[in-house]
Amino acid sequence: MRSILYLIIGIFFGIVLFKSEAASWFRIYEMFQFKSFHMYGIIGSALVIGVIAIQIIKRFKVKSVYGEIITIPPKAKSFSRYMFGGVLFGLGWALAGACPGPIFVLAGAGYLPILVVLLASIFGTFIYGILKDKLPH
Amino acid sequence: MNAIFQPWPWYVSGPLIALVMIVLLLIGKNFGMSSNLRTMCTLCGADKAADFFKFDWKAQRWNLIVVVGVIIGGFIGANLLSETTAVAINPDVITDLNQKGFTSAGEAYLPELLYSTTVFSDIKNLSLLILGGFLVGFGARYAGGCTSGHAISGLSNLQLPSLIAVIGFFIGGIFMIHVIFPFLF
Repeated sequence: MRSILYLIIGIFFGIVLFKSEAASWFRIYEMFQFKSFHMYGIIGSALVIGVIAIQIIKRFKVKSVYGEIITIPPKAKSFSRYMFGGVLFGLGWALAGACPGPIFVLAGAGYLPILVVLLASIFGTFIYGILKDKLPH
Repeated sequence: MNAIFQPWPWYVSGPLIALVMIVLLLIGKNFGMSSNLRTMCTLCGADKAADFFKFDWKAQRWNLIVVVGVIIGGFIGANLLSETTAVAINPDVITDLNQKGFTSAGEAYLPELLYSTTVFSDIKNLSLLILGGFLVGFGARYAGGCTSGHAISGLSNLQLPSLIAVIGFFIGGIFMIHVIFPFLF
């Protein structure tokens, strides 16, 4: 039963990513050229709603539909891992024009070459796992 | 009704993405796409190569189901909910991209140069896709999240680490487009 719910959430998210054009390489390029408000509007409006919702959840100690306390694990304090990791991610995001969500969206939309990006991103994750202890965190 | 078949404006799309995050929270889950790449590594046997992949992947099964949904959603969005998939980007950007050899700018969803099947016999652009994907996977795990985990979820929770990561995303992206692209295209 819960599996159906996860599937529906995924389908909804996939449709939104495709129809918002956030999965379009062109929109990402345009965003980094600062030539359109579109992507900033998407992220910005999601954040306004997201910040308000999470504040409400925290203030009123909202429970999940299953009665559990909603917890959002805080990210560990660090600078280097977020900055270095972030810059590397950004380089890839701009080059491939897709981040992990859109990679799956585009696979479903039928763009075969995105599978190359997907396999490379899984491989990149694997190499990170191998090198993890040698990297500054 | 026709509006559904047109590209969705940012003020519809953004709140709907927030809704996905909120619904996941309300069913006790945290929004994040890139962690699935780690789960996929473990499923491929990476736990034998590094401790990082030794974790209870079954606890992440729900997120893999979300991924299956996202793939189906991509199919539905492209094939059933779109009259045209051309992305109407800024005309200045179209001119700029045409000069760089991206002839499909303004007429397609993705650039033909990188995402048509001809890329499979184009060593340079195929290498760029591999490099881009590699950096996305490596960088997302190094930073502990991607656009969904940091830019949407983490920033919504007013987390400083996520702000640092998102600033990093933009430094990397701006550097790629403004400094590296002129050498590539």
